[in-house]
Amino acid sequence: MHYVVAVPAYKGSFGEEQATRLLWRAGFGPKPGQAAELAKLGLRGAIRSLTRPESRRLVGPNPAVDGAPLAPRDAWGHDHLWWLDRMVRTEAPLVERMTLVWHDWFATSKDGVPQKLMLRQNALLRRHALGNFERLAVDITKDPAMLLWLNGTANNVWNPNENYARELQELFCLGAGNGYSEGDVRQLARALTGFANDWTDSGPTRFRYERKLHDDRAKRIYGKKGKFTWQEGVRLVTRHRRHPDFFVTKLWGYFIPTKPSPATRKQLAKLYLKSGREVRPVLEAILAHPDLYDAGKRMVKPPVVQCAGMLRAVGRGIDTPAWSWICDAAGQYLFLPPNVSGWDDTRWLDTATFRARWLMAQHICEPARLNPDTQTAPADPAQLVDQAAAFLGSPKLSGPVRAGLERYAADTLATADKDWKQKTYPVLALNALRMLVATSPDYLTA
Amino acid sequence: MNTCCTEHARASAGLPAIEPGMPEPAGTGLSRRNFLLRSAGLGLAVYGAGKLAKLPAFETGVAHAQGAPQGTVLLNVFLDGGVDSLSVLAPVEDATYRRLRPRLALNDGRPFAEDPRLRWHPSVNALADLHAEGKVSVLPAVGYTGADQSHFTSRHFWEVGALDANLRTGWLGRVLDGVGAPDNPLQGVSLDGHLAPALATARNPVAAIAKPEEFGFWAPGAWGPADELAVPAFTQIGRSLQGSGDPAIAQAARAAAFAGTVRDALAPLGADGKPLYAPAAAYPQTADNFPKRLAGFAAMLAAGLPIRAASVRAPGTWDTHANQQETMPKNLQLTFDSLLAFQRDLEARGLADRVLTLVWSEFGRRAAENGSGTDHGAAGVGFLIGTRAAGRMIGEFPGVDKLDAGGNLRATSDFRGLYGALCGDWFGVDPAAVLPDARGLGKPVILK
Repeated sequence: MHYVVAVPAYKGSFGEEQATRLLWRAGFGPKPGQAAELAKLGLRGAIRSLTRPESRRLVGPNPAVDGAPLAPRDAWGHDHLWWLDRMVRTEAPLVERMTLVWHDWFATSKDGVPQKLMLRQNALLRRHALGNFERLAVDITKDPAMLLWLNGTANNVWNPNENYARELQELFCLGAGNGYSEGDVRQLARALTGFANDWTDSGPTRFRYERKLHDDRAKRIYGKKGKFTWQEGVRLVTRHRRHPDFFVTKLWGYFIPTKPSPATRKQLAKLYLKSGREVRPVLEAILAHPDLYDAGKRMVKPPVVQCAGMLRAVGRGIDTPAWSWICDAAGQYLFLPPNVSGWDDTRWLDTATFRARWLMAQHICEPARLNPDTQTAPADPAQLVDQAAAFLGSPKLSGPVRAGLERYAADTLATADKDWKQKTYPVLALNALRMLVATSPDYLTA
Repeated sequence: MNTCCTEHARASAGLPAIEPGMPEPAGTGLSRRNFLLRSAGLGLAVYGAGKLAKLPAFETGVAHAQGAPQGTVLLNVFLDGGVDSLSVLAPVEDATYRRLRPRLALNDGRPFAEDPRLRWHPSVNALADLHAEGKVSVLPAVGYTGADQSHFTSRHFWEVGALDANLRTGWLGRVLDGVGAPDNPLQGVSLDGHLAPALATARNPVAAIAKPEEFGFWAPGAWGPADELAVPAFTQIGRSLQGSGDPAIAQAARAAAFAGTVRDALAPLGADGKPLYAPAAAYPQTADNFPKRLAGFAAMLAAGLPIRAASVRAPGTWDTHANQQETMPKNLQLTFDSLLAFQRDLEARGLADRVLTLVWSEFGRRAAENGSGTDHGAAGVGFLIGTRAAGRMIGEFPGVDKLDAGGNLRATSDFRGLYGALCGDWFGVDPAAVLPDARGLGKPVILK
């Protein structure tokens, strides 16, 4: 289907630099040579290859920790590794990236939900990755992990529990105080009553809907009166006049750091409504928008995105459990968002999380480190910097970063006052330069 | 940068001045001179004074701040999710309360000396003890008029110190912009590994730390100068870009610019995860990091680090929509047992008069229970703890008979008034320079 709505599109050249940015924003960065390949398709072709992937296969070595396969349902941290592996190996990076977007959007945490139910929710989010938002909103409402997380199964006709009704409006569909009242929260909670589950020694089971737990009396929501069912309750929210604007602005924010202009927002909202609340056309318009390719509007890479991206760049699979605690230290442990509003994308980097990115780089660089006894490197600062950057797929370096790296190389080489040091220090400097590239402001952002 | 050059000159001229007569930094096992040498001179000693001009002297800001007289400190403790104030200090004999809380009403507890209607939850006896010693000011119904029942909106108001959804700096961040220095990231420290929004500054740097005994930067396959020059290299790159017009680049650059400073300042406290400090009080033994973070913080203060404000999240979630009785008592116990240990630690180290601890939550909870839990409410409970705290109630307990239209407790004190008093009386800054709504809000008496 084609929708005729004029959202501005990027008209500049679409080269490797633009393709690299697109791959970082809409996926997990390029594998070697992938940005050049994508650039050949042109802007539209490149976007379509992401939004309509031909393959969803996972390619590359299977994940293994200490020689054994992962146990994502049971072992602590293996859920994180399991998903990270998909991000690294997928041939449909935007599907994984959108699954991550929905995880952040409908942020549910295993702090209170069994891991296996988190994985079940993850499959739901992936199924709807580029699908219909309204269907996603209905399905997530009855998802067991969500029912536990926001007390959907504690919400019944006798004791209405407002938790899910509040967040459905505030965080998922409308925005804080945007077109609803505290009264609407309480009434919507009544419409959403009726879910239940049992508790056994092994945890929650038998999630279901029971008519007798549902409040079937009349409710008044957004000024409308009716004996709303839970599905009708959800649709009242997704069909609220303020929803389209909220939806497109929030979705935009995952891909572009500055706000959309009012005109663009309006056009995106129109596109969304015309398509019947489909995600893909809105996403395609956002990914083609000129703001995404503005060189001065970079975004800090979320920790798991950078982690998966570095593994893709160096052609490595999941072979260590370390990525769980490292991503945690960097501020993003999958399946454990800080709260129901998800991760704060505006504050990824501070002194502690910078150090965690350093640790991330350590674990990428360590197995590939060069040995000065058997390997050589040029005693030339500029060449050393180029070689260090090549290790990570030659990301484009800005003037100040390149200058700082070359100064470091020159200062280190200048201390080589003996023959053996003149042979050894370039190799040692090259090892350190890989770390310095990986933790430079240029590489921490895209 | 201009400051770089003067710092180079200072660094090459020698080591930071040691003020005569300053006490030994407690708990470090080091003399003050050694301490400053270690923290300021790390990495520099390797090459000797001749090569110093090539290194950024990123330690001097901290070293100079250490030499200055020590300022007052506020520890900001956040109970994330909205703690149920009516369970912390409960009107146990009130008939309305018992009707509103058929399952959750408290039955007993130690009496609260300032209001005969209220009793302490049995899990907060540590706090009751401190209150009996005159070291706790209780705010039994703190909030603001027209309480917002969104976690995120209300929490944001508390963090930025104003009812302004668009303000991006924290109220403590603005205090630090006023009383802090442009080269001392330790003036504001998040203790749980990522920046607390209340500490977000506009100008001056702040730091986040996960473990003070573990803040090294090892580059695999590099040693000697290649290793030693790596931290100065990312520091310098960070400095060259921290003023970037692109906020993402600037954020990455600021983090890089100050991570090395933090490393050097923390070096005396431990390395590779092994602490070189011992707490001066017994903290709860638990897998939760909260007591460890408080113990580490007390050691950082004892080491003379130039800290003015710190922030930490209390353990657990307080958003008790369901199963409140299963989670809340143990979270209360761990939180306040840990804070009692922290207070004792400060007292044993002779630091107690310099430190106040503020405990807050984004709102209280609905007076009527919803089954096994409680939904979001309005006014909640707050505490100001310390030897200098007035130890007198701020605002009164309004009772559960006159709830607001939503069935929530009404506020009898405003958090912005409390912040105003902290600005003026504790930090010595003009409240009007920090808090947009400072005028017109009463300023409670917070100090003895």
